[in-house]
Amino acid sequence: MNESGARTAWVPHLVLVFGVAVFAFPIYMALIGSTHDAGTIGRGGMPLYPGGLALENYAQAWTEGSGLRVKAPPVSRMLLNSLIMAMVIAVGKIAVSLISAYAVVFFHFPGRMFFFWMIFVTLMLPVEVRIIPTFKVVSDLGMINTFPGLTIPLIASATATLLFRQVFLTIPDNLVEAAKIDGAGPWRFFTAILLPLSRTNIAALFVILFIYGWNEYLWPLLITTSRSMDTIVIGITKMIGSGDAQTDWNLIMATAVLAMVPPVAVVVLMQRWFVKGLVESEK
Amino acid sequence: MRRRVIFDDKLLPYLLLAPQVAITLVFFFWPAAQAIYYSFYLQDAFGLRQTFVWFDNYRYVLGDPLYLASAGRTLVFSASVTILAMASALALAVMADRQIRGAAAYRTLLMWPYAVAPAVAAVLWLFVFHPAIGILGRGLRDLGVAWDYKLNGVQAMGLVVLAAAWKQVSYNFLFFLAGLQAIQKPVIEAAAIDGAGPARRFWSIVFPLLSPTTFFLLVVNLVYAFFGTFGVIHALTAGGPGKSTETLIYKLWVDGVINLDLGGSSAQSVILLVVVMALTAVQFRFIERRVHYG
Repeated sequence: MNESGARTAWVPHLVLVFGVAVFAFPIYMALIGSTHDAGTIGRGGMPLYPGGLALENYAQAWTEGSGLRVKAPPVSRMLLNSLIMAMVIAVGKIAVSLISAYAVVFFHFPGRMFFFWMIFVTLMLPVEVRIIPTFKVVSDLGMINTFPGLTIPLIASATATLLFRQVFLTIPDNLVEAAKIDGAGPWRFFTAILLPLSRTNIAALFVILFIYGWNEYLWPLLITTSRSMDTIVIGITKMIGSGDAQTDWNLIMATAVLAMVPPVAVVVLMQRWFVKGLVESEK
Repeated sequence: MRRRVIFDDKLLPYLLLAPQVAITLVFFFWPAAQAIYYSFYLQDAFGLRQTFVWFDNYRYVLGDPLYLASAGRTLVFSASVTILAMASALALAVMADRQIRGAAAYRTLLMWPYAVAPAVAAVLWLFVFHPAIGILGRGLRDLGVAWDYKLNGVQAMGLVVLAAAWKQVSYNFLFFLAGLQAIQKPVIEAAAIDGAGPARRFWSIVFPLLSPTTFFLLVVNLVYAFFGTFGVIHALTAGGPGKSTETLIYKLWVDGVINLDLGGSSAQSVILLVVVMALTAVQFRFIERRVHYG
């Protein structure tokens, strides 16, 4: 498709640079906002170039969280909450789905299809549509404001189970046979053969599920009432409050930047697995 | 899905399934059953007594002008987010697919907003479009536009659509790019030799070949706009001003969590459940691909 020659070769670049700029623009403004003082921003006089207060703002957000008008737990605490939540959800979903798929594919037992469909149907029950009753269950179990309450109800995963089932089904029978002849039991087969074979799928899924856990909003909003349990995503909306002009925007923007760093780093650093996992697992 | 070679163990498969099945029963099926149960009852103000009212909750919800207005708003919102996020992603993917230098770099630069939480995306755009301190918000006012998304419902809706779509473009971009790269180049080259121009080649060859991806993304984007945008709305407008950005999910949250209307919100839950089922069924029936990670 290069017959149009160099005359129009700059068009794709132009469109892409424009796209990248639109994506980057709000991030750039957040970065700039985090380097000025609250007064400059509040007066509506924030320039387009960085100020000199980056260190102070980030240090204050990291250790105190609160400013003159904003009350929040330290960002370090909220990041830790988010990290625990995202890690437990990602690792938990992968572990629970791996063993479920293993059971469904490599064993024959009464009720096999029943359990498979039971897991499958949860695709149609997103947390958003069963908010109140799920909240009641969690509260009856005394799991409000706890990490188990924040994570365990989100650990079931039909998508991950279906994906691992798909992967396991491609493993040739000969391989299973050979392992059995060599005397491998179910556990040894699982750890020595299945896990290494699913490595790339696990990595890909980890990226996607980590992002899912980190960005989850409605669930922590519902389950946590104590400020010390705030995840960073919840914390930052609470900092904004009604969004008045006169608030500690410098701290809010520093917090926003810090909230984006971990998930963006995971996606960019693991992008090879991420793209593969995203596009292939949805097939 | 039956394998020939399997392991023989009577108890082990049940133990392996136990964690997932337990979570599913306690946190998925039991609450869903309760939502259906409560949707047929009316509670008194103190939650002490309840009466079985058949379909009264449903009749009330579906006859409530506020609910219908919210449903209409949800349609407008979802359609806008989907069209904006898909059209811009397709344009970018088509450009990135032309084997230009730096395609990999562009892909990285366009990929990362996928990782930004919807609520954080809302905070970023709020900072840009804030009428008093945002650079574009002030710019609009300088141009004489009466810009204030906190007072003007249409502007609020526009801002929520922008923030929600902005976040979804990367996802669509990655799928469109993968779809474009799977198209056999000789087909397109043959058309070029036959004298079809770039636009003609795109609309008569590339776009039709891309339709499975497009259809898949259509469903995913609608599901995202319906259920995945709560954070954007909560952080940006809280459903306001008035109720101008209150979508069905947001209304469900307000009625259930804030107003504590158990019967009414349960009926809303069940209605949305039917919507999810329909969308999932469409997806599996026509494209046999899965929806979202949940």
